[in-house]
Amino acid sequence: MKKQKSSKPRVGKIIFKKEGDLPMAAISMADMRSNKTGKWRSTRPVIDYSKCISCMICWKYCPDAAINIQDGKPEIDLDYCKGCEICIEECPVKAIKSEKEKK
Amino acid sequence: MKEVIFYGRGGQGAVIASRILAVAAFKEGRHVQAFPFFGVERRGAPVTAYTRIDDFKIRKRGPVTKGDYIVILDPTLLDMSEIVKHAKRDASVIINTNKEIKGSVSSGDVKVIAFDASMIAVNNSLGSQNAPIVNTTMLGVFSKITGEVAIDSVIDAISENISVKKDSNINAAREAYEKAKK
Amino acid sequence: MHRRVSCQSDQIRKREKIKRMADITKKVVTGNHAVSYGALLSRAEVIAAYPITPQTEVVEKLSEMVANGELRAKFINVESEHSAMAACIGASATGARAFTATSSQGLALMHELLHWATGARLPIVMANINRSMGPPWNIWSEQTDSLAQRDTGWLQFYCENNQEIIDTIIQAYRVSETVYLPAMVVLDAFYHSHTMEGVEIPNQSAIDAFLPQYNPIYKLDVNEPHTFGGLTSPEWYYELRYKIQSAMDKSIKVIKDTAREYEKITHRKYGLLEEYRTEDADMLIVAAGALSETVKEAVDLLRQKRKTRIGLLRIRTFRPFPKEDIKKILKNVEIVGVIDRNISFGNEGIFFQEIKSALCNEKIKPGIYGFIAGLGGRDVMVEDIIGVADILAKPGNKKDIVWVGAKI
Repeated sequence: MKKQKSSKPRVGKIIFKKEGDLPMAAISMADMRSNKTGKWRSTRPVIDYSKCISCMICWKYCPDAAINIQDGKPEIDLDYCKGCEICIEECPVKAIKSEKEKK
Repeated sequence: MKEVIFYGRGGQGAVIASRILAVAAFKEGRHVQAFPFFGVERRGAPVTAYTRIDDFKIRKRGPVTKGDYIVILDPTLLDMSEIVKHAKRDASVIINTNKEIKGSVSSGDVKVIAFDASMIAVNNSLGSQNAPIVNTTMLGVFSKITGEVAIDSVIDAISENISVKKDSNINAAREAYEKAKK
Repeated sequence: MHRRVSCQSDQIRKREKIKRMADITKKVVTGNHAVSYGALLSRAEVIAAYPITPQTEVVEKLSEMVANGELRAKFINVESEHSAMAACIGASATGARAFTATSSQGLALMHELLHWATGARLPIVMANINRSMGPPWNIWSEQTDSLAQRDTGWLQFYCENNQEIIDTIIQAYRVSETVYLPAMVVLDAFYHSHTMEGVEIPNQSAIDAFLPQYNPIYKLDVNEPHTFGGLTSPEWYYELRYKIQSAMDKSIKVIKDTAREYEKITHRKYGLLEEYRTEDADMLIVAAGALSETVKEAVDLLRQKRKTRIGLLRIRTFRPFPKEDIKKILKNVEIVGVIDRNISFGNEGIFFQEIKSALCNEKIKPGIYGFIAGLGGRDVMVEDIIGVADILAKPGNKKDIVWVGAKI
């Protein structure tokens, strides 16, 4: 089988025209960065940095990898946070609160 | 093609004997096949194993129905009328026993050879008085009586395939080869 | 080739002896150990398997090879065949050469993951020892287990003897890694698995040149992340299936090319099919696996004693099914008997169906009849095959399907 066009991750929304454009299997069929799942959210987590102890437990538990570390502090990427609230449940110092999403 | 049937009990080494014979013949440039009766293995239960030797590629598969040579490691196993059913008309039957074989057992030209392999095996500390392991000893007898494989090939095959009491096995095979009468 | 001239035997023996002494890589091994040697020579990197009679020796030998350093591989102990295949899938996705072996119920338990391996395009090689499906419990040979996995997208090769088993495992890796499809190498319970035969074990450096390290287009790699097997909507799933079918089609040529390459290093050639004395035959028997050797014996006997113009067509590659080649061979024949050591209940033997469907649009085609034989390890003797030839030779209407040697 000849080498597929590129094995590099695709960036941006991918549009295939025909079978020949597809990768061999369902491998990186789309770049998940273009799939902004933040729109699914009905409540949003808000971090109270005065309570945060930088333990990174929220970062570790986030199933969508939507928590990034900025200057040693967790920061929620609302483009991708689906609002599952696992971080709120796991935070040992109750520094994260749930707020109703404003429409 | 020569077909050999080994009868023994689980643990006596009938399957190993069939394999060593195959390896020995293979060393002499012949085509071989060795396999146990296709069943479930159990210690103490009757075990049958087969070897096929030919100068051509062997295509026959599955159990030997009639053997050219039949080797019986344990004489308590089968009655002779049963064994003769699995022997070709001119087959040789080699039995490990210290008793006289009565004349009535032969059918057609079947030749019956009795040999006390247990004694040689026990003297070489292979197994115990009650449960001697006679497989390699019987291969020494087989080599002498049938001439199908040279004793040196048998000994080579033993030394390659047996790791426990290698020397005892080799000595027993050689001793049996020397004592057996053609 | 047409055998048994005993006056030549001494000469042949001498010649062969000289050859053997020069070449120390000849061994007497069981079919199971032939599988292990195949995996060893292919330098399998990850082995995950669960024991089942009659496959156990394969795994025993491989674990011994890994333990004594002969084979540099990761040996993963698992709690079921389902997990064994899952481990192989994970390993293969990282770019490792993965190997497993199973049989019967074990293969059935893997079923779900067999589809996964194909869909993810992972070139895993597995040995399956044909054993009947229970109940009733039976550990003997029957092809129904592997043929039931027909539609999982695995390449399937049916072997005839222990030499072919070693050779096929090695070639299977090369074919699989070229078309990115998994492959199953199939052998018979006991007739192969527990039967020792003399084999030639190819030279490792020759095999290394033939089968270089597996280097896939995509692999799990932290430095180059990808999403594997993500949700694919009807928009593109359909085309991905088309790709698998295209790879299967392509594999026909790849198998032929691989066989040619392999022949260069071992002087042994295997193709998609094997024809035995078909050149002038007007009656053909179709069979696969160990059974076909018995058919060869019967063919020789019938040709010699009754002057029957009979031959054997052995199916070596079941998937991809070599339709075109089969059509070419069968078009010159008057009558064909397909012997199946398997059955698709409610219809017929599986090879029988496949052969018929390959020929259905041909204008000129032979009469094709199905025979079921040897299910659950019932020995199929030369006499049984002669019985099949008798039925085929008899003029007049025939039954569509005959149970050879069944007490019915």
